[in-house]
Amino acid sequence: MAEMDTSGGGGHKKGPGVKKAKKLSTRVDLTPMVDLGFLLITFFIFTTTMSQPTALKLNLPKDTDKPDEQNKLKESAALTVMMGKQDKVYYYEGLDPAKIQASDFKGIRDIILDKKRRTDPKDFMVIIKPTQDATYKNTVNMLDEMKIDGVARYAMVDITSDEYKLVLLTEQANGIK
Amino acid sequence: MPRAKIPRKSTSVDMTAMCDVAFLLLSFFILTTKFKPSEALSVMTPGSVSSKVAPEKDVVLITLDKDGKAYLSVSDVNISQKQDIIDAMNTSKNLGLSDAEKAAFVKKADSYIGVPFSQLKSYLDKTPEELKAIVLPGIPVKDSTDNELKDWIAAAVNAFQGSKMNLLVKGDNAAKYPSFQGVLYAFKKNDQLKFQLVTTPVAAPVGSELWKVQQATGSKAAE
Repeated sequence: MAEMDTSGGGGHKKGPGVKKAKKLSTRVDLTPMVDLGFLLITFFIFTTTMSQPTALKLNLPKDTDKPDEQNKLKESAALTVMMGKQDKVYYYEGLDPAKIQASDFKGIRDIILDKKRRTDPKDFMVIIKPTQDATYKNTVNMLDEMKIDGVARYAMVDITSDEYKLVLLTEQANGIK
Repeated sequence: MPRAKIPRKSTSVDMTAMCDVAFLLLSFFILTTKFKPSEALSVMTPGSVSSKVAPEKDVVLITLDKDGKAYLSVSDVNISQKQDIIDAMNTSKNLGLSDAEKAAFVKKADSYIGVPFSQLKSYLDKTPEELKAIVLPGIPVKDSTDNELKDWIAAAVNAFQGSKMNLLVKGDNAAKYPSFQGVLYAFKKNDQLKFQLVTTPVAAPVGSELWKVQQATGSKAAE
């Protein structure tokens, strides 16, 4: 059907003086048109799904000064992560900031999962403290990490000046400007 | 015995039907595609595994650009709320806005506020072409003593009273944390503790906890 007319010079001649007009096929090769059609389809399929932004839900606790309304936290079950310059992550277990250790976004997953395995699931809590050098991306990535690792309890808390100093010292020691 | 003749068949296939299908699908996708409106603020959002689609109606959106400057916008379908917000701001801050200036925020599609109160009047006087040429300072958020976003959110909460309000934050990858902290402060001051962060979807990493859950339930469990 959709073939090219490749039959070469037209049929047999009737006679020496009679010229018969070459019969041209009316069929057109549609293959390039189909190619183009599918190319455009792929383009539109991709643009429709890509432009759909998603939303990450975030609930904040209410600030309260009353001690009985505040959440209690077991020292052994806490893991504090702090995000610093250049996508670096610093963390310490328990409540002693002096035990600070450096890591990054690739390494923190194992650290969180390791801590999660070692602690009672109902007590385990991750405290997220972005420093002023962290970017918005770092913050969202860390909240996302909680979701990826299945951490049920996490909180975003402002960093204390002592902790920030420790982060800066660790950054200096590791040569991060 | 003569050999049986195998008839020669053409190897070419009729493309007409395939062409029909291709263009039918093409027209379907063209008609269903919603192109992203050209945004005056270009923001590269971070990725997250969340699969919940961001709402489009009743939205109060705080945009943080790459320099950490905050902008406020309200979805275009909520014209009456937009009017309420700008009216409330006009009276409480004595801005002396004319109706035309208010309309510049209320009536125009994709309008946003990106200046402190002191510059609001002259900002609303400008045409869109003029706005492209200047650099906006953004709504002050970084300092908790001078957090003007707090007042905007308060006005928005008032305007959306009785109906659902979707509070969204759309931040750029490179925005620094203190401006996000300022936005959180403004939310907390107005008791707006539930909000959503606009992100680009990414798949859960293979082998992670969430991935296992998704495999087990056969659906996207992240919300």
